[in-house]
Amino acid sequence: MNTHSRKLLVIITEAALEERITRDAMRLGAHGYTAVDVRGAGGGGKRAGDWEADRNVQIEIICDDAVAAAIAEHVQRTYFEHYAVSLFVSDVHVLRPEKF
Amino acid sequence: MPHRPVRNPMDVVVYFFILGVLARLVRSDLRLPGALYETLSIYLLLAIGLKGGLEMARQPVAGLVPQIAAVLALGVLVPLVAFPVLRRLGRFNAYDAGALAAHYGSVSVVTFAVGVAYLADRGIAYDPHLPLFVALLEAPGIVVGVLLAHLATAHRADLGPATREVLLGKSVLLLVGGLAIGWIAGPQRIGEIEALFFGLFKGVLALFLVELGLVVGDRLRDLRRASAFLVGFGVLMPVVAGTAGVLTGVAIGLTPGGAALLGTLAGSASYIAAPAAVRIALPQANPALALTAALGVTFPFNITLGIPLYLATAQYLEAYTR
Repeated sequence: MNTHSRKLLVIITEAALEERITRDAMRLGAHGYTAVDVRGAGGGGKRAGDWEADRNVQIEIICDDAVAAAIAEHVQRTYFEHYAVSLFVSDVHVLRPEKF
Repeated sequence: MPHRPVRNPMDVVVYFFILGVLARLVRSDLRLPGALYETLSIYLLLAIGLKGGLEMARQPVAGLVPQIAAVLALGVLVPLVAFPVLRRLGRFNAYDAGALAAHYGSVSVVTFAVGVAYLADRGIAYDPHLPLFVALLEAPGIVVGVLLAHLATAHRADLGPATREVLLGKSVLLLVGGLAIGWIAGPQRIGEIEALFFGLFKGVLALFLVELGLVVGDRLRDLRRASAFLVGFGVLMPVVAGTAGVLTGVAIGLTPGGAALLGTLAGSASYIAAPAAVRIALPQANPALALTAALGVTFPFNITLGIPLYLATAQYLEAYTR
């Protein structure tokens, strides 16, 4: 199996930010993303996801190191202060490097 | 002994709301799927719009332009009154005061739907174009509330995205879309979809209120941490704004039922359009404050006591001015 190293950037945040963050990510060089509705709890209280203002999303982006760094830095600078955001990065291996 | 029907003080749909609240309080595992909640809210918005459009096709409304101007002025006035009260008496910072003013300046479609059901139950007619006012009142209050916060903090932010979100959001789109379809199709062609949108309206509203009861039940826990001022504001603000709405309705020549519904709109606080728009436009504001007041206090108040109060006020004014 011939694999190539990439970064997996995962951002769990308020649904209100989905459109903005995905748009920012594409602008910063991401080739695509996957978003799912999620529920959970944390410092901002419980987010059951039952209705509009209570919804969280998980946005996953696979990209190269430079793009991951740019997106992470941008999200940190723009949204960390006032919004509920969890962001983490891990290493993944992909089969088709041109897609990411 | 003949059975004497007792006029039920609360509309039957309110019991479904209470059921939802109780389910949360006893920590039941009851949970409506998110997709169902979404479907039911789309249905309610379309049904309200369709009904209005259909009635407008039956009997054209005269003097609509001055009425629209008065209703928009009402939407601007409510946050202008709420903001200084929240700042001075409530001692809220400008962001939280602006966010709260925006929620109370905008309207709650479900509160309106309960008002419609309440009037229908009593056989009280209302002006057909009230759904148009629902759509008109969604945005101005939010824009004014956000603007007030910006002015007070000299914080410049782009109002564009928030305004766009409200104006093109599903509430306004479905209400106006329903109005247009009902108006264009008219009574003959609407017959085929009548059973779904009008026949089932109250049952769907009841189901939706179970879900909303669950959401409110969650917020009741936050209520224990809320200040006495916020709770008082959640009750008094709808009474003041609702009375202003009834007065406006009577002044622009609405029927008592119509004036009561305009009062219901003015007295209601948004919990769908406003939270999303305010979260983007005023990220510094604490979203829990406005949601606790709007959903934990004002919504239950309006569907139990507020709507009967607005109707009584409208009927009293009607009798008095005749």
